[in-house]
Amino acid sequence: MIPDAAAPPFPAPAASGAGAGFAWALRRDLRIGVRTKGELGVQVLFYVLVATLFPLATAPERTLLAALGPGVLWVAALLASLLSLPRLFASDFADGTLEQLALSPYPLAALISGKITAHWVTTGLPVALLAPLLGLQYALDDPARYTLAAALLLGTPVLSLLGAVGAALTLGLRGGGGSLLALLVLPLYVPVLIFGAGAVEAVRGGLSAAPHLSLLAACLLVAAVGAPFGAAAAVRIALE
Amino acid sequence: MTMNWFKYASPSSFYPLAGRIGAACAVAAAALTVAGLYLAFVVAPTDATQGESYRIIFIHVPTAWMAMFIYLVMAGWSALALGFNTRLSAMMAQALAPTGALMALLALWTGAFWGRPAWGTYWAWDARMTSTLILLFLYLGVIALRHAIADARRADRACAVLALVGAINVPIIYFSVRWWNTLHQGSTVSLTSAPKMAATMLAGMLVMTLAAWCYAIAIALVRVRAIILEREGGSAWTRELMAAEATA
Repeated sequence: MIPDAAAPPFPAPAASGAGAGFAWALRRDLRIGVRTKGELGVQVLFYVLVATLFPLATAPERTLLAALGPGVLWVAALLASLLSLPRLFASDFADGTLEQLALSPYPLAALISGKITAHWVTTGLPVALLAPLLGLQYALDDPARYTLAAALLLGTPVLSLLGAVGAALTLGLRGGGGSLLALLVLPLYVPVLIFGAGAVEAVRGGLSAAPHLSLLAACLLVAAVGAPFGAAAAVRIALE
Repeated sequence: MTMNWFKYASPSSFYPLAGRIGAACAVAAAALTVAGLYLAFVVAPTDATQGESYRIIFIHVPTAWMAMFIYLVMAGWSALALGFNTRLSAMMAQALAPTGALMALLALWTGAFWGRPAWGTYWAWDARMTSTLILLFLYLGVIALRHAIADARRADRACAVLALVGAINVPIIYFSVRWWNTLHQGSTVSLTSAPKMAATMLAGMLVMTLAAWCYAIAIALVRVRAIILEREGGSAWTRELMAAEATA
């Protein structure tokens, strides 16, 4: 079970069970992430670039930008997540690692949960942490920017979880399945987009963001419980 | 008396049954459409506020209902396909997807033509319109995934997983869009507080809904027969069937 040629053989954990499998997959994918940080940097840059293009396409008026900002930053986060999804399984599928994972004694859903968590740490988390900074470009005030970051912290894991199902379903399809993945995954992202951007809108309108953030947290809980099993089922279908 | 519940789970025994039910539903659909359109265009009175333009409701409402309902039926067949690993259930799900997409498209299209005279706009970000549009995308996703996978059995299972994930999401999407809309602005024209309908209008709509049901069943069964023949093309029973049809 060698992740890639450059990495040393990764020792399998002695203990067995869902927790050990989760921790093992999380550490392995994080290590791969650290070793391919150039690729991750480009994905974060993509997010910054998309967010920078919108003010250029409209007038740089502060009121207009503040109204557009939350939505634009959320859509950019969705696109950045979509762009990074093939990384989740594609290389492991190509070199046979995924097959080994499916054959291992650990529950596949636990291993996939670990992989999804690593995916979020390397793609969703940087996006959420960068958002307050990019909010400055959109003339958002402090409460709005911090709400945006909080909403992204709750929402981006949902994107990784739902996206994992789509990424697993499109494994090994003709043409890489890039635009197909967008068609499968983006409609499922709609509630997260609405609640996430809605939280910032509520704060800008002088209301509490708590209802939106609670709904995002509810989405996260449902997705965290269900999506790994869906992704595991889809991986097994792809490996048949 | 014992009954074999799985008798018609086999494509070869379902094929003739699907033909009979499909033909009956096609006849019923034609008769109900004629009756429904007669009620819609001749019997039902002109609406006091909307004039003649309201008559598109007789197409619009049945297609919108069918678009939602067919997704649920498709998800149900998908669950059966994953649970029992029956080929025919997956074929039924495959046969329903294009009809569901068509219904969603028709609901949006007729809604736009209705919205123009009634609201003064082809499109508004009304909660129902938005969620129907997303439902159309979900259907197109299932169809596109089916076409992208060469192996039919893998496509069956992958589409089943996608349909089930979508079915869990449909209510969440619906409520998220509804809350989003009410948070932003009040709807200018509320669909829910429609004026009381004349009895003949309601009757026309219900007859048209039954017609849409029969149409959907008939067309799905025609399509599933085509799928069965396509997939089982090399088997002995299809060759016998073809030979019998060639001599008849």
